[in-house]
Amino acid sequence: MKIVVLMKQVPDTYGERILDPSTGLVDRSGSDAVIDEIDERALEVALSYKDAHKDVEVVVVSMGSTAVTVGLRKGLAMGADSAVHVLDSALAGADVGWTSTVLAAALTTTGFDLVIAGNESTDGGGGVVPAMVAERLGVPHVTYLESVQISDDGVVGERSTGRGKLRVHAALPAVISITERLPEARFPKFKGIMSAKKKPFTVASLGDLGIDPAVTFAGVGRSVVLQTTKRPARASGKKIVDEGNAGVELADFLVAGHLL
Amino acid sequence: MSNILALIEISNHGDLEDSTPSLLAAAAKLGTPVAVVVTAPGAGAALVDHLGRLGAAQVYLAQGEQVGTFLVTPQVDALAAAVLAFDPGAILTVNSVEGRDVAARLAARIDAGLVIDAVDLRFEGTNVVATHSVFGGAYTVESTVEGGPTIVTVRQGAIEGQADAVAPVVTTASLGSETGRSAIIDEVIDNVVVSARPGLRGATKVVSGGRGLGSQEKFELVERLADALGAAVGASRAAVDAGFVSQASQVGQTGVTVSPQLYVALGISGAIQHRAGMQTAKTIVAINKDADAPIFDIADFGIVGDVFTVVPQLIEAIESRSKK
Ligand SMILES: Cc1cc2nc3c(=O)[nH]c(=O)nc-3n(C[C@H](O)[C@H](O)[C@H](O)COP(=O)(O)OP(=O)(O)OC[C@H]3O[C@@H](n4cnc5c(N)ncnc54)[C@H](O)[C@@H]3O)c2cc1C
Repeated sequence: MKIVVLMKQVPDTYGERILDPSTGLVDRSGSDAVIDEIDERALEVALSYKDAHKDVEVVVVSMGSTAVTVGLRKGLAMGADSAVHVLDSALAGADVGWTSTVLAAALTTTGFDLVIAGNESTDGGGGVVPAMVAERLGVPHVTYLESVQISDDGVVGERSTGRGKLRVHAALPAVISITERLPEARFPKFKGIMSAKKKPFTVASLGDLGIDPAVTFAGVGRSVVLQTTKRPARASGKKIVDEGNAGVELADFLVAGHLL
Repeated sequence: MSNILALIEISNHGDLEDSTPSLLAAAAKLGTPVAVVVTAPGAGAALVDHLGRLGAAQVYLAQGEQVGTFLVTPQVDALAAAVLAFDPGAILTVNSVEGRDVAARLAARIDAGLVIDAVDLRFEGTNVVATHSVFGGAYTVESTVEGGPTIVTVRQGAIEGQADAVAPVVTTASLGSETGRSAIIDEVIDNVVVSARPGLRGATKVVSGGRGLGSQEKFELVERLADALGAAVGASRAAVDAGFVSQASQVGQTGVTVSPQLYVALGISGAIQHRAGMQTAKTIVAINKDADAPIFDIADFGIVGDVFTVVPQLIEAIESRSKK
């Protein structure tokens, strides 16, 4: 079985995340770029299945700038068998439509039985790319899974919606996305880091994937940012140290603000 | 005025979801609201009057045996058919798990541009312009779609007001048979707890607890204060991971974003990912033992103290006031 994990490079959420006011795009110089934590959990789902099924092949795929290399190497060090990096300057500012088209093309070249992605990225936060990829590939999708059982011919899991949980299954090939209720990823070990250097690492341009933006995206709607404004930062107010009466003082504060 | 399709969400019990008034209000802001309702055969007609009261000028009832068994694809098929029937100026879904799934597959199918998590909408010429609140409200962004149809997922409850009531024109359509591209729903586990407490999304007051509460038993203190204030219960990811409270209560980057009148953070350090979900609250109160906790940087009223002494005293003060 071949499992492909989709990974996205995002600004580290522990740093300040900045939007470039002129383009409305994420300013990737503002904070360290890391593989989104949720995508590492997605890789963990694939790797833990591989732990128990030695014939499973795991491929990590990412579309992004040259900075992506580090994250894909980490994926290989954790245990993925090969990596594909889609790198093309024409993709700067790609929206979810473009991104899903490119990823679907990459998946067609790698081949797959199961595609695993994070439910939503911490920078875009759209949560739509996995289902879009599934539609383009003509396969079922199950997103936002909180539990996953993979077998030779299908995937079963539970997903939460606003109104309770659904237990669902899909036949393979399929695309799934997982939530942060699934376990954290393993750390790469020294042996993994060393062997990662010898694993296949493909860099593909749009041309390599058979995509000519002027043709492929003609007549396709594309979302674009018109304007970006930064809200003024929040200032801190009153701070007291409890000396036995803080609960009462807080009640007074709430009364004064008509919050009681 | 152009037609605006709005995919209506139906509860497990067959009623309109709470998201419906706001979604139809959003559609009415842009044009003529067309409610698209996807149900098992015969189940949709009962909803028409209610949709009319909420402003749906047209109701498109798409019905098929597969609804409720096939995940998401019946809704995608129904909207794709409604797009052909109504030539809409925009297609709206709720920014829920299901709404986003449907919007995603539809956008890929009809080559539409997809705009996610709008908090406001307007037309500028023939373009729909959406407003977004990004990175926990740190930025306001406006976006639009170029060169193709527009699909927008609208944040639950973000657009207020209600469209004027009308008597809807009803169209009924049957869904074609399955295409083999669908996951299957095996079971619906309806575990939405019926609680007297307000829901987190859209609550005017929220009391959240963090790792500092120490255990599931002691987290009860958060619930007691929430009840005294008539507030919803929230939590940090650390509190959810530790099993103090269910995931649905998580506030932050990867949880719910709230924007209440009052947000009370108990035993929460104020990590940037937590702040991303609550920093647009009107008034923020924090109680934390650590005087250097970053939550104090954004608190309007901060107390350096132990939640287990300050909060019981606060609850007592609130209760004695309400007795007066
Ligand atoms: C990709 C990503 C996404 C994330 N998403 C979220 C998210 O959506 N929401 C979220 O909350 N976090 C999120 N996090 C986690 C975040 O980084 C923090 O780890 C988390 O918010 C910490 O929770 P906490 O404040 O409860 O715990 P801690 O940081 O451990 O803080 C506990 C606080 O309690 C105080 N305390 C202890 N005992 C007492 C007492 N008796 N009285 C008063 N104060 C006391 C301590 O001084 C401390 O400040 C995310 C992280 C990542 C990497």
